[in-house]
Amino acid sequence: MSAGIATVAIGVAFGLLARPVIGTIGAIVMSIVVFAGSAQLTAVSVLAAGGSAEAAVLAGLLMNLRFLPMGVAAASAFRGGPLRRALEAQALVDASWAIAGDGTGRFDRGLLLGASIPQALGWWVGTAVGALGGAWLAHAKALGLDAIFPAFFLLLLIDQVKDRRALIAAMLGAAICLVLIPHAPAGIPVAASAAGALIGVRPRRDAEGPR
Amino acid sequence: MNGDAWAVIGALAVGTFAIKAAGPAVLGRRPLPDRLTGVIALLAPALLAGLVIMEAFSGTQPHHVVLDARAVGLLAAIAGRLLRLPLPVILVMAAAATALTRL
Repeated sequence: MSAGIATVAIGVAFGLLARPVIGTIGAIVMSIVVFAGSAQLTAVSVLAAGGSAEAAVLAGLLMNLRFLPMGVAAASAFRGGPLRRALEAQALVDASWAIAGDGTGRFDRGLLLGASIPQALGWWVGTAVGALGGAWLAHAKALGLDAIFPAFFLLLLIDQVKDRRALIAAMLGAAICLVLIPHAPAGIPVAASAAGALIGVRPRRDAEGPR
Repeated sequence: MNGDAWAVIGALAVGTFAIKAAGPAVLGRRPLPDRLTGVIALLAPALLAGLVIMEAFSGTQPHHVVLDARAVGLLAAIAGRLLRLPLPVILVMAAAATALTRL
């Protein structure tokens, strides 16, 4: 339930961010056909900064690559032939994946598919509210609304930094972006920050547990 | 709204569908190589850190790094997080702190 309320709030933030960049209809259509919040926010942020369509798609898809290992981990929760499994797998979102996993590698099919329904409804309603309501907010900057997105990304980041490797990857990503902003074309700095994840090729030492 | 935006929406929709479907439909239960999983697991923190930098410290002109009232909003968000406040409350705090700084 609380996950659904948070999703509505993030959807409103996405709608507000996306409306001036891709329009009200574009924002709502994107939430329906893409249905992956962090990738949508990433792509629209890149476009808003003046980045190319290619840079926006690249950054968004890099953000979504995490669904690859998540899908492999939860594969046992899906049934039927390849086509049906591919369609059922669209229910994978961060919240449903986290709710359905029991921490030992088993995934509850009912929870995984069921949790995605309030997630989807919350995401679409939130996007519509933000995208339609944004039209009335003529003084976005005076109201400090441009601080909502960095604050939101920072909160997501804090949730992601669960061990020392994630902290190092985040610091590398931040440094890469900061160094590239004055020099690289718009949109490239964010996509390039993904390179901070390359420290993950080093095998994890067994001694280092979650913080 | 231009064609670029629709192209981005379409490409992201197709790409996201394929990424989500790949594990359950094609790869089955075989685990990915450890090194690949290690990199993929760190993509979100690396990209999110880049997004924080760009959204908080890039200027209205391209190629400019600036320190302005948005940084105060970030500090407010950290404070709200430490106080374990709900997400919508924290986001309102960040906006309010930035707006007050600009007065």
